[in-house]
Amino acid sequence: MEIKSPQFKSRASAALENEQLQSALTHVRSNFIDKRAKAARELPEFEALRDAARDIKNHTLEHLDAYLEIFEAKVTEGGGHVHWAQTATDARGIVLDICRRRNVKTVTKGKSMIAEEIGLNEFLEANEITPVETDLGEYIIQLRREPPSHIIAPAVHLTMEQVRDGFREAHTHLPDSRPMDEPENLLREARGVLREKFLGADMGITGANFLVAETGTSIIVTNEGNGDLTQLLPRVHVVIASIEKVLPTLEDMSQIVRVLARSATGQEMSVYTTLSTGPKRPGDPDGPEEFHVILLDNGRSSMLGSEFRDVLRCIRCGACMNHCPVYHAVGGHAYGWVYPGPVGAVLTPSLIGVDQAGHLPNASTFCGRCEAVCPVRIPLPKMMRHWREREFERQLSPAGQRRNLKLWAWFARRPFIYRLATGVASRALAMWGGRRRRIGWLPMADGWTAHRDLPAPQGGTFIARYHRQRRRRRS
Amino acid sequence: MTADRETREQVQVGLFVTCLVDLFRPTVGFASVKLLEDAGCQVHVPKAQTCCGQPAWNSGDRKSTKGIAERVIAAFEPFDYVVAPSGSCAGMLSHHYRELFDRDEQWRERANRFADKVHELTSFLTDVLGVEAVAAKVRGTATYHDSCAGLRELGVREQPRKLLAGVKGLKLKEMKDAHVCCGFGGTFAVKYSDISNAIVTEKADNIDNAKARMLLAGDLGCLMNMAGKLKRDGSAVEVRHVAEVLAGMVDQPPIGGE
Amino acid sequence: MSARQAILGRIRDAIGDAATPEARATAAARRVEAHPRGTIPKQARHNRPVVLFAKKAAKAEATVRRVKSYEEVAEAVHRFMREHELPLNLRHGDDERLANIVWPDDMTTSRGPSDGSDLTTVSHAEGAVAESGTLIMGSGPDNPTTLNFLAENHIVVLRGRDVQGSYEDIWTTMRRRLGKGAMPRTVNMITGPSRSADIEQKLILGAHGPLRLHIIVVED
Repeated sequence: MEIKSPQFKSRASAALENEQLQSALTHVRSNFIDKRAKAARELPEFEALRDAARDIKNHTLEHLDAYLEIFEAKVTEGGGHVHWAQTATDARGIVLDICRRRNVKTVTKGKSMIAEEIGLNEFLEANEITPVETDLGEYIIQLRREPPSHIIAPAVHLTMEQVRDGFREAHTHLPDSRPMDEPENLLREARGVLREKFLGADMGITGANFLVAETGTSIIVTNEGNGDLTQLLPRVHVVIASIEKVLPTLEDMSQIVRVLARSATGQEMSVYTTLSTGPKRPGDPDGPEEFHVILLDNGRSSMLGSEFRDVLRCIRCGACMNHCPVYHAVGGHAYGWVYPGPVGAVLTPSLIGVDQAGHLPNASTFCGRCEAVCPVRIPLPKMMRHWREREFERQLSPAGQRRNLKLWAWFARRPFIYRLATGVASRALAMWGGRRRRIGWLPMADGWTAHRDLPAPQGGTFIARYHRQRRRRRS
Repeated sequence: MTADRETREQVQVGLFVTCLVDLFRPTVGFASVKLLEDAGCQVHVPKAQTCCGQPAWNSGDRKSTKGIAERVIAAFEPFDYVVAPSGSCAGMLSHHYRELFDRDEQWRERANRFADKVHELTSFLTDVLGVEAVAAKVRGTATYHDSCAGLRELGVREQPRKLLAGVKGLKLKEMKDAHVCCGFGGTFAVKYSDISNAIVTEKADNIDNAKARMLLAGDLGCLMNMAGKLKRDGSAVEVRHVAEVLAGMVDQPPIGGE
Repeated sequence: MSARQAILGRIRDAIGDAATPEARATAAARRVEAHPRGTIPKQARHNRPVVLFAKKAAKAEATVRRVKSYEEVAEAVHRFMREHELPLNLRHGDDERLANIVWPDDMTTSRGPSDGSDLTTVSHAEGAVAESGTLIMGSGPDNPTTLNFLAENHIVVLRGRDVQGSYEDIWTTMRRRLGKGAMPRTVNMITGPSRSADIEQKLILGAHGPLRLHIIVVED
């Protein structure tokens, strides 16, 4: 996928001007938030389960090599195949090998952020294999040739009119006069079109919400049933999962499942949680002939040894972006790569380099709402700050900003000189503010004054005035 | 001497006034002193204080932050408590200083001891001193914005509301999404001013819709951001720090107001 | 070096030498063997799991009918199909609990997996979880998974005594039945009919899976 993260600022500004996008984003601002809050309120053990989910993930990460080996052994024992991929290129190569060997022409896909991360669709197309996204949101954006703008609601940036236009253009075999005024019409239409694709596909590719070491099971969680059909109907089922998706046991998975849907959509449980353990067995009337799991590293192992380890707990629920004021303002595409929102601001620099994604961890007010709702309690603001530290160390932040910061810090370490300077500044700014007591434009602060006034100081610093008063009182 | 004995028995509080209050709005400092003294504290304002170091910390400059933090810690070590009229700065002093020094053998102990005694003003008054009501009288309606760090790092939510409820003549009207960020975020407001503007625009709408005469909050950064937006748009809402109202010190013009 | 060795090597370097790989392997094997339960919500310990199950399934937009015996299943299915004015054709698997049902004369039934042309299918559940109203469907020679997804109307027969409080209870039962570490090829945990909110966040039932999920609980 093309990296557009360096243009975050201009993309954000464009997003703010885009009325259609702003109208679509209003749905994120209320819907997800209210539903999550209600679900959390209704389960007295919700906070305890968040702790449990965090602890299980931490335990697994501390024993990651061991659980991956147990998982691999169990999959193999059940007649499945495990492949290890160090990079996106390796993972794509493994998929292509299986496609070639089994003469695969069409692939249906369940929603998978990992497939987005490795740019699988473009790669398959370039190799004359047709990928068909089957999640409604993913299908909508595939028709528009856009990346997802949200990790659980990929088409959340679009209005119904835009979806309708996309369907009209793509489904030319359907009569022009068909009803298309309601979301229901569009859903039925997609269901019909995709049903044919499901039945005709040679391979199904899904991601995994969890891999269970105990049983060699791959698990996907969906509401539509698309991922389930993807892994059920074709001859070959390929799971692509990053290494941190593994969990020890079914019990551990159950703990995390209790916080996943509640955090994501506010459901107690998503409609389908499907556990796949190997290929079709003797006597099975349906199911795939082959079952493959590709374990992808793509930078995770180095994150494991860094100050960013905690972000590997992420279960991709989307709660952080649903609650993020910056995401609410600009939507997911502004972030310029696969993962938007707070978790994207931490993951993206790890995966594509902080020199490319440097804006992302900076474009946060540190309001902390993401951390407050994260089901596995990832300290997202802290991790964004760690990226800022790396940028500062590597001198990637703008030189002007660094200079100003250094100058200010020099004063802040010298209270006497600092007070002289602030005394002058407070009086000068107070004069500038005049009788209106606010400043409409200020050189070097035009980022501030472009949109708001700067309240003027009252005149004289508190510390100077306080001590003067005390002296006066004493004498 | 009686005075001496009183001094010895009184709670010794170091007021960390914050750089923004120091520079922009001394009234908040005086209000804080009054509230603390009314509650029976002996208040000290060390001249050696400048800033908590948050701008450097949030810009990834650990070294400068340490340089500033060491001076803050040293300046406030003599007192029983350190109180700041800001959730953001109190959060920096009580939470982030621990992280800042967690691998520093020489300073870790001192930093943790310091951090243990830091409190945000309204939560110090209610949670630590057990203040039930303040003596202030302020007529009118007010809406209260929960600043992020105070709310989510320190759990400041009910404390200011409880104290405001005791102000005679004042009626509190909740706005929609009072707990949602105002878009300030320190240098964020300048570095990503378009996004910050979008966020504060929504906040300003919610403030206006609350139909209160005053907007109150516990952090001057957020207040200046919201006041700046409201005033630019011609809103008549008076913006004040919560301490000013609790101390009954509303004779000064509001923030950004004539 | 293989990709496997490289990745595992990097993981080991990253974890550091707080414990040896051998010690970690032992700890991991022990956890898998013990599969400790974590926090089980109080609601999962309902004294009448069927009642809670029915309530939660209904909350997830499924319809639930409770009957006294397998003899009453045919009538319940018939009634559901007539209520929704469905053609009286249905497809089910070879599960013997369904095989013994005597269907009314006006209904046509067929057996085996679905090829997508069925409007109504009937399956038998392995069990259910009361705390979230979730059905547990296990695949096998007699229980084709396609029956769970391809029809617009999915009717699931569930034995009342197979309803348990929590997910963890289900895994305990499954281990007892199949042995440790063993699983059916596919387990579908199903909570209500299929749905999507991908168009303007408006929730619509009947996405790629069933539009209606009707559960008949047999309390024999």
